Amino acid sequence: MCLAIPALITSINDKEAEVEIGGISRRISLWLTPEARVGDYVLVHTGYAINVLDQEQAEETLGILREIAEGVGD
Amino acid sequence: MKYITEFRSSELGEGLISRIQQCSQKPARFMEFCGGHTVTIFRYGIRQLLPPTIEMVSGPGCPICVTANADLDKAIALSQIPGVIITTFGDMLKVPGSRSSLEKAKAEGAEVQTVYSTMDALDIAEANRDRSVVFLGIGFETTAPTIAASILQAEERGIKNYHVLSLHKVCPPVIKALLDSGEVELQGLVCPGHVSAIIGSHPWEFIAQEYGIPCVISGFEPLDVLQCVEMLTEQVEKGESRVEIAYKRGVRPEGNIMALKLMERVFEPSPALWRGMGEIAGSGLKIRSEYQRFDAEADFDIKTEPAVEHKGCICGDILRGVKTPADCKLFGKACTPENPVGPCMVSTEGSCSAYYLYGDGHGG
Amino acid sequence: MVDKILLAHGSGGKLAHDLVEKSFVKALANPLLDKLDDSAVFDVSGKLAFTTDSYVVSPIFFPGGDIGKLAVCGTVNDLATSGAKPLYLSLSFIIEEGLSFRELEKIVASVREACGEARVKIVTGDTKVVTRGSADKLFINTAGVGVIPEGIDISGSNAKPRDKVILNGAIGDHGIAVVSKREGLSFATKLKSDCAPLGGLVADMLKASPSIHALRDPTRGGLASSLNELAQQSSVSIRIEEKKIPVREEVLAACEMLGFDPLYVANEGKMIAIVPPEDADKVLKTIRQNKYGRDAAIIGEVTGEKVGRVVMKTVLGSHRIVDMLTGDLLPRIC
Repeated sequence: MCLAIPALITSINDKEAEVEIGGISRRISLWLTPEARVGDYVLVHTGYAINVLDQEQAEETLGILREIAEGVGD
Repeated sequence: MKYITEFRSSELGEGLISRIQQCSQKPARFMEFCGGHTVTIFRYGIRQLLPPTIEMVSGPGCPICVTANADLDKAIALSQIPGVIITTFGDMLKVPGSRSSLEKAKAEGAEVQTVYSTMDALDIAEANRDRSVVFLGIGFETTAPTIAASILQAEERGIKNYHVLSLHKVCPPVIKALLDSGEVELQGLVCPGHVSAIIGSHPWEFIAQEYGIPCVISGFEPLDVLQCVEMLTEQVEKGESRVEIAYKRGVRPEGNIMALKLMERVFEPSPALWRGMGEIAGSGLKIRSEYQRFDAEADFDIKTEPAVEHKGCICGDILRGVKTPADCKLFGKACTPENPVGPCMVSTEGSCSAYYLYGDGHGG
Repeated sequence: MVDKILLAHGSGGKLAHDLVEKSFVKALANPLLDKLDDSAVFDVSGKLAFTTDSYVVSPIFFPGGDIGKLAVCGTVNDLATSGAKPLYLSLSFIIEEGLSFRELEKIVASVREACGEARVKIVTGDTKVVTRGSADKLFINTAGVGVIPEGIDISGSNAKPRDKVILNGAIGDHGIAVVSKREGLSFATKLKSDCAPLGGLVADMLKASPSIHALRDPTRGGLASSLNELAQQSSVSIRIEEKKIPVREEVLAACEMLGFDPLYVANEGKMIAIVPPEDADKVLKTIRQNKYGRDAAIIGEVTGEKVGRVVMKTVLGSHRIVDMLTGDLLPRIC
């Protein structure tokens, strides 16, 4: 359940934001993520940001997956 | 697309698959609870890539599939009240209730509008002040806070003609009920990533501690699911049972405090009817009395006839992971995506639909 | 000054006659249409292809086109899938009373432009006006006639094992462009419908390989549904590779957001070609030289196992069945 996709906040107006993903953009609500800022990636579910995506953690996870891919050959 | 494409890398996928194959020795049955995970597993053929020691079974995590006929009948009855515009997520349109569906009601003249967001429903309400706009609130803890926010926005904007039929459910009680039934033996649980983004990791602790079942909170890209399976496998091999977050970029252990606050403000726990599982205490969300004026159950006289379940439909058993679609006599014959008998065939996340569309009608 | 279409405009009287003459015939002028006979009479020799279609798209204006352009291109493309050179079209309007003249004239101008590019003529037509609520602004019905060159035998039942499957470009543009304007689902995008007349492209392809076995334009139901139709008609299996199918990032993003699978999203400027393996590279090169084929790719091949089915190799290397679209493409939250 719960289709939510990472989208980049390009502008904020009060409790709403304009987000961009893959070249398309839409207005969404920040009611659930008042801490979000322009430049953040948020997970968007039915037009609401449900969380601010942790970009550092994303990179860390990819790093772990790369290590696994490299390590497996041994 | 950033943070999506990277998690579909075939190279990194190969690495995870090899690691799982190397690691997995003990037979293990993992349940993916969330319909979104079911879709990823089928869409990327993940079952085929796992070693024979690992069996994946789908659980009752498709909010459409678990909506009982009695509740669907309420939604259809509301659509037939003059002056009502039903706004709904697309998922609900074709699900058959006892006698009809929203799609059929629409063909017979009911006004049913598909929307992407409650923001759109609020706009429709504002543009149609002389009508009553009812939003069909389905979904688990990922969606419930957005519905709560929509009610608070309606209050703020003075929108008096917006109502919600709350059919929301929450996850932990149903998992407990499933585990207590003893019908399915599990060695691991793939926990829903976006529900956890809201509720955090703590609500899953009881599964690891009281039932000894490893839990890993997973994202929805194919690499996320593979990583989750890898982490579950490691726990199984080491004889551990902990709750881990694989989906670290999307889930914090404490969840989303603001979302939980909004949910709590607007909703209170209530019993809810689950298809195939009957009524489960505390598993539903009811709109609090302070917001009664937005509650469709309170505002409308919803008349329904007694709910009827379809003979032969074993959606309930399938949702509990006890049977597979292949076990159903109706599957692929009387029950197909064009003519669905039960919701598992309608919802794109339903097991039956996934088996039918992706798996040659006989399983992925 | 009447600025809206009224019921009287469809009643056959003076208003109706004026509408046809001033708004339609003047814009679409050609010797056959100008005669204003009840049927167009013409000489054609050879094997004929004949098609009909109705257009009910909503909204009637969308990024990259409108219902008029769609009607011409859709009809032309249907004829092209038989290998025919499209020649003459009929054009029938069912107009909801209240449609503005301005909008109708814009649509007729699109029809003229599309006919010019496709080198076809509207030779006969009809106009009806219905009461408010009986049609969604405008419905269009067309029929089309074309001639199939000698020696060309193209049919959906001709696909053979080892044939290559070629697609002329990225999928999903049209469906997503239209949905982006739909109330309740809208979002902003630079994406335009891929609506285009492909008669010229097909003529070039046939010059490169007169032995092309099958052609199909994947409209509603998307690439997946058309491939399934071909597999069933020819009693073969079609295997495609996910990573070879061209899709624009915006289409992927919109599909992610709304819960669509690009394989099922409508196209209006795409052509699937099933080509004998020895001609595949030549045909691909030819397609890429055409403005409607720059992103063309060989996306798969025809085999004999799992007859009637389409199987896709995913980016992870696994295989899954790709079924036909059932019902409507609906946005989902789960």
